[in-house]
Amino acid sequence: MKSAILQTATRYLLPILLLFSVFLLLRGHYYPGGGFVGGLVASIAFVLHSFANGTKATMKILRYKPLSLIPIGLGTAACSVIFPLAFGLPAMTGLWLEEPIPVIGMIGTAIFFDLGVYLVVIGVVLTILFTIALEE
Amino acid sequence: MELLLVLVLGLLYSAGVYLILRRSMVKLLLGIMLLGHGTNILIFVVGKITKGHPPVIDETYKVFQEIYADPIPQALILTAIVISFGLTSFAIVLLKRVYALVDSDDLDNLNTPEEEDI
Amino acid sequence: MIDNHILAPIFIQLFVAIIQLIFWRKTITQRYLSIGGSIIGLLVAIRLFSRVYEGGILTMNAANWDAPFGIVFVADTLSVTLVLLTSIAALSVSLFSSVGLSRQRMLYGYFPIFHFLIMGLNGAFLTGDIFNLYVFFEVIIISSFVLMTLGGRKAQVEGAVKYMAMNILASTFFLTGIGILYGLTGSLNMADLSLKIQEVQNKSLIGITSCFFIVGFGIKSAVFPLYYWLPSSYHTPPSAVAATFGGLLTKVGIYAMLRVFSLIFIPDDFTRNLLLTIAVFTIITGAMGALIKTNIRRLFSYLIVCHIGFMIGGIGMFTKVALMGTIFYLIHDIIVKTNLFLIAGLIRQLRGSMDMKKLGGLYRDYPKITLLIAIVLFSLVGIPPLSGFWPKIYLFQEAFTQEQYFYVFGLIVGSFVTLYVIAKMWSEVFWKQPDNEQDIDDRFEPMPLYRKILMVLPIGILALTTLYIGLNAETIVHVADRISTQLIDTSAYVQAVLGTK
Repeated sequence: MKSAILQTATRYLLPILLLFSVFLLLRGHYYPGGGFVGGLVASIAFVLHSFANGTKATMKILRYKPLSLIPIGLGTAACSVIFPLAFGLPAMTGLWLEEPIPVIGMIGTAIFFDLGVYLVVIGVVLTILFTIALEE
Repeated sequence: MELLLVLVLGLLYSAGVYLILRRSMVKLLLGIMLLGHGTNILIFVVGKITKGHPPVIDETYKVFQEIYADPIPQALILTAIVISFGLTSFAIVLLKRVYALVDSDDLDNLNTPEEEDI
Repeated sequence: MIDNHILAPIFIQLFVAIIQLIFWRKTITQRYLSIGGSIIGLLVAIRLFSRVYEGGILTMNAANWDAPFGIVFVADTLSVTLVLLTSIAALSVSLFSSVGLSRQRMLYGYFPIFHFLIMGLNGAFLTGDIFNLYVFFEVIIISSFVLMTLGGRKAQVEGAVKYMAMNILASTFFLTGIGILYGLTGSLNMADLSLKIQEVQNKSLIGITSCFFIVGFGIKSAVFPLYYWLPSSYHTPPSAVAATFGGLLTKVGIYAMLRVFSLIFIPDDFTRNLLLTIAVFTIITGAMGALIKTNIRRLFSYLIVCHIGFMIGGIGMFTKVALMGTIFYLIHDIIVKTNLFLIAGLIRQLRGSMDMKKLGGLYRDYPKITLLIAIVLFSLVGIPPLSGFWPKIYLFQEAFTQEQYFYVFGLIVGSFVTLYVIAKMWSEVFWKQPDNEQDIDDRFEPMPLYRKILMVLPIGILALTTLYIGLNAETIVHVADRISTQLIDTSAYVQAVLGTK
């Protein structure tokens, strides 16, 4: 069943929710939020889209398979973990740039770890949901 | 607060155990989920609940001035929630597949006889 | 000494898995990556082993947080030995699975998940933080769920439901135990816990908490009242997967028990008697199950249960000699059990069946392969001087010293039943003339030579390792001696983690 109200609402909600998920991702280091929550919000945005327009339409706007996000995310997180080794520090040590960058804020290895988590969560949730939905 | 949480905890554990002992696959999964939630609340309760004192030190001090909320149980619960999220979503996909193949929700029907082994 | 090398066995597997995920559905590339990654993993494990063996315990504080506060990784002799054995087993399994698996299963991501599983195993062996141990356990079970269901045959998913339910339950027990332990002591670092637990006044609460760990690890390592999931699920997945499970997964439970009971809960009389009782029943029920099974993999599953009992008994007696027996048995068991399931896979390839009633005549058709398999079976039974024989000496010796005659009885029953079922299997599978020559579905003969080699080579590697363990027992006894010394006297471990305070 397709509802015109939901379809119209989703058209505006999808970008807002995605923006909100990025906001959660970036504030996650010092405030509530972070990669996992951000990733869940982003994937819920796509789930909402698939409720309104059908799973096929959502897969079309994504273009790439969500599965391909998993290695990218894992790679980003893993690289941020082993990056401190280059400076002779133990793995996972947080390294930060001296000056904050406008909008994004402080840049450090933790941000990249969170970014990796964000991508993995989107990839995993969407893969599972598409698997369930397409079996129908 | 503690008393309420302990009651919720007992309720979750008992409901979880009851559901696990049923023969239905879906109830088994629900029971496992409830047990997981019960465990999370247990960690929260035994980690000693402190309200309104985040573990953040004021700029003027070097050490904590008063008792503070321990962040470790919360970190443990968060990790456990993430893990159980992954496990549960996998379990749902698996149970769906089993239901499609066996066409039954009854755990007793999940026994392919030995003669059909390869 | 702080050292990043400890993380290498974990991160190599992780990166192999990530690169394989990038090459999704390119199964040929994934095969090369898997074999290459396993070889690098083995080399790294050998280097880590030799460094720890010569230089003492290494530690690494993740994120540069000091020991009791952050997560710490510790490589003591027990950890690195198990990492080394895991790497050998992983190399053999990845060689075997490059030809022994259907392409269908590889397309659904067999290889990346396999490497995630090995990463979880290495991590569980190397971590020094009890909650981190839980996290690595979860990595292991999630990967093993996926491996178990790959392919999606009916029997397979049915086995997976039982496997999943019991293993999630085990994790819940483990997590509950961790929660109470944290409430009691306020620490998660195992070295720190071993000091803080002594200050806790309420000894009975500690005893109850230790029961949560016994149940949690007991389900994972399949001990007596909790083992039913194992024989009803391990015969369902492909043999390469079953080899990883049979060789390594139950042994993680044993490892965790060794760690927890040597560092945190020093076994008192009650725990010792409990563990010994569990051990005897595990041996006997496992042996009874093995007696009546005709499918080779079901038989091997029950043998896993039976032999887990040997090791639990060693932990239950908890003296230096008993622990030496347990550790030697653990070393022997990982290699042999992995090999047994690979052999089951090979037999299936040779004959198209794993039912002893339908098999026969393998010695007549393949004498060389049969001889190779004979080495493995003999060492499983424990014929001197092969590897299964030596640990039993220590276990018997200590059981007689402590006058644990029930356990002695269990050991004798377990050993004889193993001998009997292996002899039965030998005569049925290798010597007997097959009933129906037309039924034989030989998929091995038409394979090209390189695939034949890849199929037999891993069994050869593991058989050689078994021979090495058996014939060079003196070295292994030295290793086991050092490990058991470290387990009885944990001050070196605690000092390495917490520093000299």
